[in-house]
Amino acid sequence: MSKFKKKKGGDLPAVNTASLPDIVFMLLFFFMVATVMREDTLMIENRLPSADQIEKLEKKNLVMYIYVGKPSSSYKAKYGDEARIQLNDKFAQVSEIQAFIAAERASKREEEIPYLTTSLRVDKEANMGIVGDIKQELRKANALKLNYTTTQGDVSNNN
Amino acid sequence: MAKRSAPEVNAGSMADIAFLLLIFFLVTTTMEKDSGISRKLPPIEESEEDVVIKQKNIFTVLLNGKDQLLVEDELMELKDLRAAAVEFLDNGGSTDNEGNSCDYCKGKRDASSSDHPDKAIISLKNNRETSYKAYISVQNELVGAYNELRNRRALEIGPQKGFRDMNFTEMQKNYKDVNWPGNKVKLEEVIDQIKKEYPQKLSEVLE
Repeated sequence: MSKFKKKKGGDLPAVNTASLPDIVFMLLFFFMVATVMREDTLMIENRLPSADQIEKLEKKNLVMYIYVGKPSSSYKAKYGDEARIQLNDKFAQVSEIQAFIAAERASKREEEIPYLTTSLRVDKEANMGIVGDIKQELRKANALKLNYTTTQGDVSNNN
Repeated sequence: MAKRSAPEVNAGSMADIAFLLLIFFLVTTTMEKDSGISRKLPPIEESEEDVVIKQKNIFTVLLNGKDQLLVEDELMELKDLRAAAVEFLDNGGSTDNEGNSCDYCKGKRDASSSDHPDKAIISLKNNRETSYKAYISVQNELVGAYNELRNRRALEIGPQKGFRDMNFTEMQKNYKDVNWPGNKVKLEEVIDQIKKEYPQKLSEVLE
């Protein structure tokens, strides 16, 4: 009889949180694996143009980044208002690109060198003059694989 | 004295620590993958021979310092550029160097426009003052024109080779995808054939 009697007045049992750390750890590991740390601190404005005929860049470790844009507000006083090149963590001249490519190549294994791609991350307000100079330097350095990095979107967003 | 068992470590704050780390990685994560328009630069050649190319095989796109677009000496809006480029590339008015006529072209076969997709060259001239966004927009449209033709061709010849309902962009994506179950050797053949039929010949000049 009393076996089937409902228990009355019992407190709501506390939810067991013993597995909470496990769940959180699972999420943590996911994000740890998926994270790509920002390699360079940007000192320039870098709003990429949008395009829709794009290909993905595979193998992030085989990509060399060249940033171009106006110096951001904290560097404006020192470096002026013209679009400039940033390599690694500092401003650079066009003439330094060849040395940069050579340094990047030296840090890779020999068999990887032909797959190195240059990613041009150029601010959309920059002029073609500086981009053309960079391209000429890349040709001289024989780094011919190039990717104009853009965001996904319609070209009408560019204006 | 009896040996006392070691007291158990309180693991109650484990979740807090894990949360802290989790939030740190959440904030620093950038999920986006780099993507963009891929190009190959022409190598610097020592001996530059003058190659004579017929004017009708060149499609001139000029982008001036004020971002105005001049196509074949006529002002054009950016949105019309892709269609104009497709029409030029797909014209197939005559034969290629080996004398084969373009049997897959669907253009007007106008004698005053390009002879063959293999001979058709798009020449993009831009000024030092041209803005990068305008340049990328034009590049995007021109690549789009090639992709349009290649996709169409892929849908035509794909089914014969066993790749039904797959356009060129998807073919390339599948080719790179390691998990794709199909026959990659055959797929590569198809991709190469299409690339050969509609080669990307884009020359760039900076003034």
